[in-house]
Amino acid sequence: MERLYDLAEVLRSKNAGPLYITLDLLFADEATYRRVSGSEALSPGAVGELYGVAAEDVKIVHFDAANAIKITIPRTGPTSGAPGDRDVYGAQQHGPLLGLMIP
Amino acid sequence: MDELRVLSVCGNLGYGFPVSSLENGIARNPHYMGADNGSTDAGPYYLGSGDQLTKREQILRDLGHSLAAARRKGIPYIIGSAGTAGGNPHVDAVLDVMHLLAKRDGHKFKLAVIRAEMEKEFVKRAVREGRTRSLGKLPPLTEEAVDESVRIVGQMGIGPFIRALEGGAEVILAGRSCDTAIYTSFAAMNGFDLGLAFHMSKIIECGAQCALPIGANDCILGTLRKDHFELEPMNMGKRLTPNSVAAHMMYEQPDPYLFYEPEGVVDLQESRFEQVDARRVRVRGSRFAAASKPTIKLEGVRLRGYRTITVAGMSDPNLLRNLDEVEARVKDTVAGMVGGSLKPEEYELRFIYYGRDGVLGRPGPDGRKVAHEVGVVVEAIARDQVTANAVLSLARSTFLHCGFETRKATAGNLAFPFSPSDFPGGPVYEFHIYHLIELADAGAPFEVEFTRVG
Repeated sequence: MERLYDLAEVLRSKNAGPLYITLDLLFADEATYRRVSGSEALSPGAVGELYGVAAEDVKIVHFDAANAIKITIPRTGPTSGAPGDRDVYGAQQHGPLLGLMIP
Repeated sequence: MDELRVLSVCGNLGYGFPVSSLENGIARNPHYMGADNGSTDAGPYYLGSGDQLTKREQILRDLGHSLAAARRKGIPYIIGSAGTAGGNPHVDAVLDVMHLLAKRDGHKFKLAVIRAEMEKEFVKRAVREGRTRSLGKLPPLTEEAVDESVRIVGQMGIGPFIRALEGGAEVILAGRSCDTAIYTSFAAMNGFDLGLAFHMSKIIECGAQCALPIGANDCILGTLRKDHFELEPMNMGKRLTPNSVAAHMMYEQPDPYLFYEPEGVVDLQESRFEQVDARRVRVRGSRFAAASKPTIKLEGVRLRGYRTITVAGMSDPNLLRNLDEVEARVKDTVAGMVGGSLKPEEYELRFIYYGRDGVLGRPGPDGRKVAHEVGVVVEAIARDQVTANAVLSLARSTFLHCGFETRKATAGNLAFPFSPSDFPGGPVYEFHIYHLIELADAGAPFEVEFTRVG
């Protein structure tokens, strides 16, 4: 088992418009990408639990051309930059993914 | 026309770019050049206030170099999403700099200005006719929401840009625009494949961000042919790989295989990326399907009040263990003190604790671990600045002296780095409109005004 943070070459979050946060996981090689893609640790349900959103609101796309996985979730609180928001650019919302253990 | 060359000056005009890259790009004889100048990334404040994220001096520098290059070469220069949010004050601010530069540098050109602000009545009619729909978790658009808005802009597609180019515009300054429309319009006008043109535009609208090594804003050249396009960074120290170009489709958008434009959807599932030489990548296979009902995206904000904040640090262990209790006491005390003049719904008071859960707003992967020092930002929002200042001041002094069980540091709870400690933040806005509107002609709401400059 290894931490997702240690397996990914890039692990980032960012706004996809003011209503969504998109999380990108880029891997240095195809083997690592396949290892994480095939893992149940990264199911919509598991991600939803980490972010407090329903599994059906978690969109996960596997992007072979870039050895990358993209996860998009709705902002559950205020829209970007509205009172109560903590992260206008959505740039530090990858935290909950860091510790996911990948077999 | 078998080959079309376009120079993207940078991902955001004002963030700077190396002049040497611009010169390299111009030396490749592009047919036109473009620059994006906006985004919603920095939040709702800019659309609401009319201010720009990039300051006048930054625009003077970047527009100064790029406008001079375009005029010297005699090629069209297209700037989209002027002034961050692309509303009328934003367009006017960039227009003002453009006039100043034309005078300073002796430029003469035909300018097309395309504004993007939407009349409230126009949007309300669409609401009544059921032609608007929500994106994401926002509620359906209502006439009341439209009335509440401070400003609404629509993201224009390629139509208005094509009208401007066909009208002989040498420079186009547009309000809120689809980033892709800046670059796709010229290609569409010349009969190039829309799937390839949109895909190329989607990459180069960020300048050379797809290039390695990853770095600051820079120029990139796109070459569009019948069945493929090629990309090449104009900074000779940068290169592209199939992976770096493909990976860029991940950036800031929900789906790397599909993206939506007013005119239709671009499908990248069959896109293929190949290395041409050490620095260039070729892309083919991207496809476009026209929408049956064109839509444009609306962005609107409402005023939520005025903000004042203070920033302070804490290191006392017993205080850090009792932050929730202290916060509750501060809120109660403030509510009691302002009770005569302000109802609970007439102000907002928030506490953000950096070093505890300030970023995620909830316990992180390791639970609610607290650092040995914690920073607090206290925020008050009220109907005017004076009231926000007063509420914040009360909260700050109450927090400073607030008692709690086990308190040992009885002289004060907060370490203020600054005097004065409180900062008025001005008006606070909120995106409450982020909806699609269906139109028979997606370009109809955007009027093109032609003028002579110089």
